[in-house]
Amino acid sequence: MAWNDKRPMSPHLQIYKLPLTALLSITHRITGVGLSAGTLFLVWALVAAASGPESFATVQAVMSSWIGYLILICFTLALYFHFCNGIRHMLWDIGKGLDLESTKKTGPAVLIVALVLTVLTWLVAFAAG
Amino acid sequence: MSSNSLRTPLGKVKGLGSAKSGTHHFLVQRLTALALIPLTLWFCFSLASMPAMDYASFTAWLQSPVSASLMILTVLVTFYHASLGVQVVIEDYVSGHGLRLASIIAVQFVCALLAVVGTVSVIKILIGGAA
Ligand code: HEM
Repeated sequence: MAWNDKRPMSPHLQIYKLPLTALLSITHRITGVGLSAGTLFLVWALVAAASGPESFATVQAVMSSWIGYLILICFTLALYFHFCNGIRHMLWDIGKGLDLESTKKTGPAVLIVALVLTVLTWLVAFAAG
Repeated sequence: MSSNSLRTPLGKVKGLGSAKSGTHHFLVQRLTALALIPLTLWFCFSLASMPAMDYASFTAWLQSPVSASLMILTVLVTFYHASLGVQVVIEDYVSGHGLRLASIIAVQFVCALLAVVGTVSVIKILIGGAA
């Protein structure tokens, strides 16, 4: 049957290719929820350190394994993305950069800055440690 | 909603959530985000150096009043921000009134619990003295 409803449709998510603005928007939400779950590990590390050397040794073994590093690097990347995009959100809230032209520039900027901050953070850590 | 509906005004709004608190939620989400800007930079750089720390160096680091204060601030502000944020996500995706309310309350209780446990741990390390 031919589609003759003239009203605008919302995008069909499995067919429509999301533009970068939409992708970044959902990524802000995904990183927000992911970071919330990640804070469990922070509390775990603090509790372990408060409990004594044996329990903290487990935390340290996990963190310094390759999978631990991978998780920590992903966590900082997600946090820096959410951080940069969060600043973008708050600039929108005060009416700055809300037009399409600006969002097309600030979107990629968020990705680049988040990546640069992540690399910088780990370079400093590896240089010091 | 048509004005000649038989439903009472109270019946129409029941279960849609409390009035007068939406702006507050919006503002506190932004205020906590603002506070998290410097805290996040400090936290990420600290986090990246953690795998290289053993028990002695980690506790020595947290026994400095500056690190302990910043860590407690980070924990408190993060869990406040996270509970507000996850609440919005639940409101968007969980449609049953009972289940929605129950999950929001559960998230807030868990966040409060974790915030207190994290803070108490930092204080214990701080006053634990030379380990
Ligand atoms: C570990 C730290 C953080 C956690 C766990 C977290 C968690 C969340 C969550 C769950 C949301 C809700 C997402 C949604 O509604 O789609 C959110 C929203 C938000 N976050 Fe964060 N966040 C963190 C750090 C930050 C930082 C550092 C900033 C600073 C710039 C920030 C800025 C924002 C803003 C502005 C919003 C509102 C966005 C909106 O209205 O859709 N967050 N956060």
